[in-house]
Amino acid sequence: MTHEIIEKYFRKDMMPHIFCPGCGHGVLMKDIACAIDKLDVDKDKICLVSGIGCSSRATGYMDFNTIHTTHGRAIAVATGIKMANPELMVIVITGDGDAAAIGGNHFIHAARRNIDLTVFVFNNNIYGMTGGQFSPTTPTDDYGTTAPYGNIDQDFDIADLAKYSGATFVARGSVYHVDKTIRLMERAMLHKGFSVVDCMSNCPTYYGRKNHKGKAPDMIRWQKDNAVDSKKAETMTDEELTGKIIIGETHHDNREEYTAKYQKIKDRFVGGIK
Amino acid sequence: MSSKRVLMQGNEACLEGALVAGMRFYAGYPITPSTEIAELAALRLPMEQGSFIQMEDEIASIAAIIGGSVAGVKSMTATSGPGFSLMQENIGYAAITETPCVIVNVQRGGPSTGLPTSPSQGDVMQAKWGTHGDHPIIVISPTSVLETYQLIIRCFNLSEKYRVPVIFLMDESVGHMREGIEIPDKSSIEIIDRKLPDEGDDTWLPYEADGKEMTPAIPPFGTGRKYHITGLIHDEHGYPTSNSEKTNKLINRLINKIENNRDDIITFEESIPENAKIAVVCFGGPARSVKRAITKAKEENIDVGLFRLITIWPFPEKQIAKLSEKVDHILVAELNNGQIVNEVKRCARHGCSVHHIGKIDGTILMPDEILAKIKEVI
Repeated sequence: MTHEIIEKYFRKDMMPHIFCPGCGHGVLMKDIACAIDKLDVDKDKICLVSGIGCSSRATGYMDFNTIHTTHGRAIAVATGIKMANPELMVIVITGDGDAAAIGGNHFIHAARRNIDLTVFVFNNNIYGMTGGQFSPTTPTDDYGTTAPYGNIDQDFDIADLAKYSGATFVARGSVYHVDKTIRLMERAMLHKGFSVVDCMSNCPTYYGRKNHKGKAPDMIRWQKDNAVDSKKAETMTDEELTGKIIIGETHHDNREEYTAKYQKIKDRFVGGIK
Repeated sequence: MSSKRVLMQGNEACLEGALVAGMRFYAGYPITPSTEIAELAALRLPMEQGSFIQMEDEIASIAAIIGGSVAGVKSMTATSGPGFSLMQENIGYAAITETPCVIVNVQRGGPSTGLPTSPSQGDVMQAKWGTHGDHPIIVISPTSVLETYQLIIRCFNLSEKYRVPVIFLMDESVGHMREGIEIPDKSSIEIIDRKLPDEGDDTWLPYEADGKEMTPAIPPFGTGRKYHITGLIHDEHGYPTSNSEKTNKLINRLINKIENNRDDIITFEESIPENAKIAVVCFGGPARSVKRAITKAKEENIDVGLFRLITIWPFPEKQIAKLSEKVDHILVAELNNGQIVNEVKRCARHGCSVHHIGKIDGTILMPDEILAKIKEVI
């Protein structure tokens, strides 16, 4: 199965990839390919758009229409692709810094519009490419090279940020929960509207070492031990949920999608100006 | 179809001309004095089955038009100084990824928020060097409403032909000016579309380019050929590389596709009377005051030449050198503290003196001020 997925969807001439040993991004990248494999869509119509950072190198390895843009701007470029040709399936691969810091404005406004993009945030709680600086999802009190005395910033919950900005499909997966994450990714791509999957990754090289989280298997085991299904979470108190990660679909609604709305305006002028 | 006469504003002419060029995607953010372009795009694009989107800022606006262009649709944005500053990073991205797009900058007084409703030509060097790194760029500047209509079409043509971002450098005085213009017959207008790979060409690579134009044939996303685009230095496959030989090859080709085609890209207006000892170099809105000053000088029996840049970048080096052989003095009239004057000094032959008249107070250069300077120089 893995061999088939690699043959079908990866650029073998681009390998080996740049991800560190133990990094969760490779698993998430394969999850995306597995999810796409389940879709009944023309693969030539799939565009993968990324920004800058470890996560964003994924587009280079995957054999689709791929564009590695500037830092934070993947969602804005993806918006242009979707507006210019709504028939394309546009998927964004981004990271916690790319999506929620430098690209935070684009993230919330694309969510507000409910434009049909699917955003996979490879969330490893750190800036990996530049060597371990704290990110908007580094938990308060944790360490980074630019938080040598502990992080005093409040961290973002990417799924909540998406939901309260107007995204119409929001979920969280993880490196450990492979099958579940693939299913969530598949549903996110099929959803007509702005969909976000916060994909909990693990960075053993920087976040793990800086914060004594052990080696890669320990970090992935932590995901297993602390995951709570989103359905079950609804029945739990905030106290019970402290220190846990909620996995699964966290928000879903059917608000009308942006390009479909715009198409109605265009349709008023089919056959000339009335 | 024949031509028709209409009263039109410069900003309107910019958008209407863009539609004739085939522009069908506009992403922008409101900013004075360019806002009418966005307003008209919002109104007109759906009528032409195109799309308009108001983005959250100018960074997003240029990012979106890059996306639109990658999807195969001719795309543009319009802004003014502060927004143009925000767009710089992705102008470089469009240059290195060879994504055709047109960026209109209706210049206003700067720096910073500056003088939002006053004319300026303070962004001339920024248009060339605003984004980091050595990169190609084409910059064109109109002087009238009619020329705005005509030259925005040329911007799209050059952008598609050479796959390079083209900056249309207007100024507030031209953007907000209303003139009666003769809309040209559409059938007489040349429209250039980007080159596509030959069907069935199995050896095609997205970033391989040869021929005089040195420009690759990159198809839109979703048309069957899958490839990678990156702002990293890349090889002919589009894959990232830090190999110095491949880096050299890419950057040199990007620059030389413009340098080697100067004759195709550079246009200008020149009129040098035989007895003229002095010529005025100018561009954009202020050229109108220059022309009036030249007429007034003639009334006083002073012959003055005119050289109006239409293409600002690449700079018409050869033409300015030639001009400096014809006259003893060159006066550069521009609405800034001295930007193009340094380019003219660089290109003028020894023996021709180069002078400058500029303004940075938000008012236009008046014909009498230019005439007084002409008299002072000669």
